Amino acid sequence: MLRAFSSAAVAWLALVGVAFAAGEAEHPEDHAFSFDSPLGSYDMAAVQRGFQVYQQVCAACHAMTHLSYRHLGERGGPFSLYMVRNHETGEMEPYIGKPHHGGSFVSPTENPYLRAIASGVTISDIDPSTGQPVDRPGRVSDRFRSPFPNEIAARASNGGAYPVDLSVITKARHYGADYIYALLTGYTGASEGVLYENRYFPGGMIAMAQPLNEGQIAYSDPNTPQTVEQYAADVTHFLQWAADPHMEERKRLGIMVIAFLLALTGLLFLAYKQVWRGESH
Amino acid sequence: MSGPSTYEPKTAFTRWLDKRLPIIRFGYDSFVAYPTPRNLNYWWTFGAILALCLVVQIVSGVVLAMHYVPHVDYAFASVQRIERDVPYGWLIQNMHAVGASMFFLAVYLHMFKGLYYGSYKAPREVLWILGCIIYLLMVATAFLGYSLPWGQMSFWAATVITNLIGALPLVGEGLKNWLMGGFSVDQPTLNRFFSLHYLLPFVIAGVVALHIWALHESGQNNPTGVDVKSKADTVPFTPHATIKDLFAVALFLILFSVFIFYMPDALGHADNFIPANPLQTPPEIVPEWYLLPFYAILRAFDFNIGPIDSKLAGVLAMFASIGILFLLPWLDTSRVRSMRYRPVARQFFLIFVVVCLVLGWCGGQNPANILARSGDFTASLRWVEGGQTTTQDFTAPSEQQFEATAASMRETMAGRGATMTMVSRAGATNATITAVIGGTEQTRNLSAYSVEALEEEIIAAKAEIGAGAPFFVIERNTPMTFTVTNLSQLATLYYFLFFLVILPILGLRETPGRVPDTIAKPVLAKEVA
Ligand code: HEC
Ligand code: HEM
Repeated sequence: MLRAFSSAAVAWLALVGVAFAAGEAEHPEDHAFSFDSPLGSYDMAAVQRGFQVYQQVCAACHAMTHLSYRHLGERGGPFSLYMVRNHETGEMEPYIGKPHHGGSFVSPTENPYLRAIASGVTISDIDPSTGQPVDRPGRVSDRFRSPFPNEIAARASNGGAYPVDLSVITKARHYGADYIYALLTGYTGASEGVLYENRYFPGGMIAMAQPLNEGQIAYSDPNTPQTVEQYAADVTHFLQWAADPHMEERKRLGIMVIAFLLALTGLLFLAYKQVWRGESH
Repeated sequence: MSGPSTYEPKTAFTRWLDKRLPIIRFGYDSFVAYPTPRNLNYWWTFGAILALCLVVQIVSGVVLAMHYVPHVDYAFASVQRIERDVPYGWLIQNMHAVGASMFFLAVYLHMFKGLYYGSYKAPREVLWILGCIIYLLMVATAFLGYSLPWGQMSFWAATVITNLIGALPLVGEGLKNWLMGGFSVDQPTLNRFFSLHYLLPFVIAGVVALHIWALHESGQNNPTGVDVKSKADTVPFTPHATIKDLFAVALFLILFSVFIFYMPDALGHADNFIPANPLQTPPEIVPEWYLLPFYAILRAFDFNIGPIDSKLAGVLAMFASIGILFLLPWLDTSRVRSMRYRPVARQFFLIFVVVCLVLGWCGGQNPANILARSGDFTASLRWVEGGQTTTQDFTAPSEQQFEATAASMRETMAGRGATMTMVSRAGATNATITAVIGGTEQTRNLSAYSVEALEEEIIAAKAEIGAGAPFFVIERNTPMTFTVTNLSQLATLYYFLFFLVILPILGLRETPGRVPDTIAKPVLAKEVA
């Protein structure tokens, strides 16, 4: 019996080939973050370390154009400065992050830590007196420095792939922070040209080489492990804060609003019963 | 229904004003003395909830518009600025985005209530139609608003919908270009969408005023569907209805707050946090949840109906599914309003509600997903092991004669002892025939649960056999499948049957239960029991 491929079947096969080249990625596992639950908050030490990871590693390729350095020092930011009274000495001492018992907030423009972060960055600007391009140290009011002047330049330096803006990345992906953590820890080590195998990236091959490696970033706190998992968790924590900087305020206000509404609802229910008493319905 | 006004101005100023602009009288007659059926249940509180929703959208929207920039390069960034830098901007933005969903939740419950209790029947036809207009305007407003943040979903939903309008005969193309302000969704589109998104809510407010006017002319319906006959049937709006509405509004606000404060993004799509990119189509384009049923109806038409192609058929069906609501007062022939006393119609109504939910579910799924199948997808791979491979180029005298020439080439090869042959066409008339002479024919059967999985198995099998086979002959068998599209088709069919066949026929044929003579009667009977 003789048979041959019909050309239609070949064409059909080609179509199907395209359809499943996209491939199925694994679902990210649930990673426990302190901000997960309805009452959860940010671990500011993790956000601070995460910013360090972003600055030292990711910022080489990824912009975060919706953030400015001042955001880091605003209320609820990882480098916000508070003056807190030391109960033993009675002195006011600076505290960075989220003080446990309140303190007086220092505006970002007065925050020396923030100024140090900003001035450590070189920003391309226009010289106000000559109008010529000039490099200057960053200011608190500057936006996060973008590594590339535009998308074309970014692609040109990354084998044609575009390192996306990370400002709202945890909101812009299904599974949010769990996905980012899984992506950063999901490399198998295999690669094919400029593509690297990653278990969680749609299609399985990503144009970003494994960005994090053991011992790559020196943490000042000796008790924090310098592992890929720790770096990934920290930078994810930072990215979550960056995408949702008002989360803590939002959850706190939510409790008050809902408590108020519950009380109001109770009162209205009693009033309703009162009005309709003796009125059959 | 409202009867003569019972308002009596008490002070010199109100007497003076009452002669000139009887606005206090109007308010008093409409919201204080207004007689309300005493048996209204909680389904009747959605009117107040909807009024609140409209106010919330307008107030939050006006504040957003102070900070929003309708420009393709800045719109996304301006929404980010609202969320990050505008004092309580995150709250206002969440209120507006979640508020749209809450508005639709309330309007759907309000409409299902109207359907169940026959609130569209005489004398409330105009009231019902005004409601349908409000709903239509809400859909338009929400669609326009969804494009404003200029994320990927914003852009692509706008593109898909404007293209659908382009499918309409005669006017479609012009209407589409007018809406887009050009030949694709771009800056002019965003500008006019913003303008219209700002305008339509105030048009809605105007139609709401007419809706309430009509309501106060015909009076509220009630769970029994029986007309108000005497004062014993009613209670004054204030305080009775007012307090009950306030209680329900407070409950609704709790739900609203849970979303605003704890799941502000749960109802949106992750892709809308990616700035719009006209060069990159997202893997899936889906509308917001409240429009999914219509999306399912649109996609249910994957076949042409005579001269009407599938796309136009889908668009027409989608518009018809809302349009049919306008005709409902004349489609339902039953003289009994409330389905409480229509046991058969009630069953069909419950199925209708389920069908709407099923349509919503289908709208969010990949239409090709298989829900059930008669068996596995199977393939048989045949190849020849061992044997001698020969190839020969040939040219057919003309394109029409290609198949015949190829067949005769196969004959020739078979005559030379070929176990298997393959023709690979290189052009219109020329091709190469490959034949394996001798060797032994091998077969392998594969089966999988989907086309994709089967193709993967085939590739794996080919890789495994590898160079052992010069080429493969593959025969595929597809089982009967029932896909999401098929389910949408069934559901769409029921949706239209319900209005066009079931309600008209049932109203004439069914025997309704015993309808009470007055509203007060069953209420008082319950009191005694
Ligand atoms: C050497 C440049 C480079 C560095 C450093 C780098 N990335 Fe990337 N990243 C890329 C490129 C290029 C892509 C686009 C990959 C693609 O589309 O295949 C990407 C993509 C991503 C994505 C998007 C994946 C998706 O789902 O689309 C995330 C998230 C990400 N990177 C996070 C990070 C984080 C966090 C760091 C720092 C720990 C980092 N990247 C460091 C180049 C880099
Ligand atoms: C019927 C009432 C309204 C509905 C149903 C509605 C719906 C929507 C929706 C769904 C969005 C997209 C939100 C998002 O995904 O983030 C939106 C955005 C927007 N709306 Fe409205 N809206 C209404 C009234 C108004 C009014 C009255 C105004 C202005 C006066 C307004 C101004 C805006 C602005 C500026 C945006 C873009 C900013 C943003 O996305 O947050 N809206 N609207």
